[in-house]
Amino acid sequence: MNLERALQTFIEESRELLSAMEDALLALESAPGDGDAINAVFRAMHTIKGSAGLFGLDAIVEFTHVAESVMDRVRSDEIAVDESLIALMLRCRDHLVTLIDDLASGQQGEHAAVGAALVQALQALLGGGSNATVAVATENAAPQPEAGANATTGEGVGNDAWHISVRFAGNLLRNGYDPLSFVRYLATLSEILHVEPVTDALPPAQEMDPEECYLGFEIRLAAGPAQADIEAAFEFVQDDCSLLILPPHAPLTDYALLIATRPEADEQLGALLVSCGALTEAEVAQVLSAADATPELVVAATPAPAVAPAAAPAARQGREATTVKRSSSAIRVDASKLDQLIDLVGELVIAGASAEVMARRSRDRNLMEANSSVSQLVDAIRDSALRLRMVEIGETFNRFRRVVRDVSQELGKEIELTITGAETELDKSVVERIGDPLMHLVRNAMDHGIETAEVRVQQGKPAAGSLKLHAYHDSGSIVIEISDDGRGLDKERILAKAQERGLVAAGQTLSDQEIYGLIFQPGFSTAEQVTNLSGRGVGMDVVRRNIDALRGAIELDSRPGVGTTVSIRLPLTLAIIEGFLVGVGEAAYIIPLDSVVECIELDHGAIGQQNYLNLRGRVLPFLRLRELFHSRGQPARRQNVVVVRYAGQSAGLVVDRLMGEFQTVIKPLGRMFRHLRGFAGSTILGSGEVALILDVQDLIRTATERHCHAAEIAAECVETV
Amino acid sequence: MSSTPASGDSQVLHLAGELTIYTAAEIKPQLIAVLESAAEPAVDLEAVSEVDTAGLQLLILAKQEAQRLGKQVRYLNHSSAVVEILEFCHLSDRFADPIAS
Repeated sequence: MNLERALQTFIEESRELLSAMEDALLALESAPGDGDAINAVFRAMHTIKGSAGLFGLDAIVEFTHVAESVMDRVRSDEIAVDESLIALMLRCRDHLVTLIDDLASGQQGEHAAVGAALVQALQALLGGGSNATVAVATENAAPQPEAGANATTGEGVGNDAWHISVRFAGNLLRNGYDPLSFVRYLATLSEILHVEPVTDALPPAQEMDPEECYLGFEIRLAAGPAQADIEAAFEFVQDDCSLLILPPHAPLTDYALLIATRPEADEQLGALLVSCGALTEAEVAQVLSAADATPELVVAATPAPAVAPAAAPAARQGREATTVKRSSSAIRVDASKLDQLIDLVGELVIAGASAEVMARRSRDRNLMEANSSVSQLVDAIRDSALRLRMVEIGETFNRFRRVVRDVSQELGKEIELTITGAETELDKSVVERIGDPLMHLVRNAMDHGIETAEVRVQQGKPAAGSLKLHAYHDSGSIVIEISDDGRGLDKERILAKAQERGLVAAGQTLSDQEIYGLIFQPGFSTAEQVTNLSGRGVGMDVVRRNIDALRGAIELDSRPGVGTTVSIRLPLTLAIIEGFLVGVGEAAYIIPLDSVVECIELDHGAIGQQNYLNLRGRVLPFLRLRELFHSRGQPARRQNVVVVRYAGQSAGLVVDRLMGEFQTVIKPLGRMFRHLRGFAGSTILGSGEVALILDVQDLIRTATERHCHAAEIAAECVETV
Repeated sequence: MSSTPASGDSQVLHLAGELTIYTAAEIKPQLIAVLESAAEPAVDLEAVSEVDTAGLQLLILAKQEAQRLGKQVRYLNHSSAVVEILEFCHLSDRFADPIAS
C-alpha cells in the first residue's frame, strides 16, 4: 500500500467528515434532538480516530477520542445538546481542521495549547467518566503497563497482550483466501505470542468438505499496535469472519462475553484461552461460575452473536460506516484525471470539427453521413465528460451556514440564512474559484446591509435579518444571487463619493444601475470602513475582477430600506463553448453562441459613419470589428451585424462574414496576450487555423462607452452651436 | 502421492507436494481410506512442500477421525513446511509424534 496516497485519502476523508460534522452541528442548533445529526458528529469523530490510529497520528487519536466519548454520551442521552455543547464541538471541529491542514501541508503548527484547553472542556463534560476515558485512550494509542492497575481492582485481566478471537466463514477457502495468512500477517504488527486453532467446528470425516473452512483461531498478540491496525489485518475478509478483539487488560466481563458468544462449549473455550495465555485458570473459573450464576449474561449475548463485546462495538460501528460508504454508488476519482479526460475530449472536438470540414468539402454523401453520426457522438461524449466535473453548488453554500452563524454572533445581529437552488450544478473549476467572492459578498451583506435588531424593529421589520443564497440555471449560465433585507444602498452617497473621487463628472446623470455599478470601480472606496457605504465598497473591485476572470458578470440591485440583491452570472464551464464563427478580413473570430441574439444586414446607406443603428425602434450601439482590430484589406461588399446580449445589455458587432455555428474548446491566451482586451481566449479551427474568441461582455462595454461618449460630444457640440 | 502397504497392520500414506486447498479434495479420501483400512495408520509428510489452512485442517481432521475410530494415526518425517505450520499453531504438542525435521 502506498502510504503517502493512503494518507492523502485520509486527509480528504477527514475533511469531508469534518464538513459533514459542521453541517450536523449547525443542524443541531435548530433541532437539538436530531438523532441523525448526533450520529453524524459521532461518526466523524469515530472514523477519524480510527483512521488516524492507522497512521499513528497519536495527537489526533487522543483528541478525537475524548470528543467521541462526549458524543457517545450525547447519543445515550447522558449529556444534553445545548448551545455550549455545539459551540464546543464546533471549536473541536475547527481544531481538527487545523490539525488535518498541518498534516496536509507537512507543517507542525503549535496547537497543543488549544487542543489541551478543548480536551479539558470536553473532560469537564464527561465529569467522573474521565478516568475511564484515559484508560481507553491509552488502549487505543499504545497500551501502557500502568493499565495493569486495573487488574488489581478486579476489573481487568492480567493478560498484558491483545487477544484476538476469529472465526472464518466456510466459503473463504473456496474464495481463494487462506485464513492462516491473515493470522500470519499479524506478525508484522507485533509479536504473536500464541496461536490456538479452534477445531470444534470440524465435523466427522464423512461430512467434512475439504474445501470448506472449519477452523477458528484464538490469538495472543503482544501489545503495541492499535485496535484499528489489527482490524485492518482482517479487512479483506471482514464480511466473512467474526472478529473479536480484546485489548490488553480487558475487563474479565469482555472475556465472559467472548466465551458466551462463541459457539464452542464454554469449558473447552476456557481451556483454550488458558493454553493461549489469555486467561489464567482462576480467571476462567471466575468467568464460568459467573456465567452460571448470571445466565442472563449469556442470554443477552447469544441472541445477537454479531454484537461484539464491550471493547469492540465502537470499532464495529466504524466498520459499518465504511461499509456503507463503500457500497454507495459514487467512486472517488482524481480531479486531474477528469481534467485530462476533458482535455482529450477537447482535442476530439477539434479533430471532429476538422473531419467535418473535410467531409463537407469532399461532397461525398456517405462520408458526410458517417461523419455526422460521429459528431453527434462526440457531442454526447463532450456533454457527459463535462457533466462528470459538475458539482452541486450546495456544498459551497453550506459553508456559509457556519460563517453566518459566527458572524451574526460576532456582530450581535440575528441573521437567518436561507439556501435555495443548492442542487444547481456547475463546473468544479468554477466552484473552486467562486468561494472567495461569495464570502466577501456574504460578509458585506451581514456587516453593512442588515441592520441591528433595534433598528429593524423600529423600522417595522422582523428583528431577525434574512440573508438568501439562491442559484439557478439561465441560458448556459448559472446565476447566483445573494440577497439581504437590510437597509439597501444609499444612491446619493455613492454618487457623492464617486464625484469626490473623480469617477463621475459633476452634473452627469446616471441610471440607478450605473450608480450601483460604481462601487465595483477600483479605488471607489478605500477609507472610512466604518460606514455602511464605504464598507460595501471595500474590495468590491476585487470581487468584480474575480468574477471577470471566470468570464462572469456581477450586477447589483438595491432598494433603500428594503434590501440589496447581488447577482453573479457565471458560465457553466470554462472548457468548451458553443461558438458562432464570423470572419473579419482574413481572420476568423468566435462569438459565444449563448450571447448571440440575431444577425442583421448592415445598411450602409442608412448608417453612414455613425456607430449606432435603429433596431426596431431602439438604439443599438455597434462596433466595427474591422476598425477595432485594424484588419487589412477591403471590407466585404455586404457587411453583417451580429447582435449580442450579455446581462441585459445589447450591442452590435459588424463583421464581414457569417460562418455558422462552431463548437469550440477554449484555450487560454498566452501570458503575452493576457492584457489584450476584447478576447476571452483562443481556439483551433478545423482547418488548423487559430481563431480568437471574443469577450462579448467587454465589447458591449466598449460599444456602450463609445456610444455614450459620442453622444456626449454631440450634445456638447449642440450646446456650443 | 501413494500409499504403500507396509508390513503388518501398519500402512503408510505418502503425501507429496502441496497440501493445500488445491489438493485437499483429492487427499481427503486417501486419508480417510488409510485411516479406515489400517490398524495403525501413518502418514509420511516428508515430501510435503506447502501447507495452508485447508491442509492443516485435513491433518487435524485425520487426528480426530482416528480417535473416533479408536485408532492412532502417526505423522512421520515432517517436512519443514509441516513443522513450521504446526509450530505456528502450537499443535506440535497435540500432534504428539516425534517431529523429525
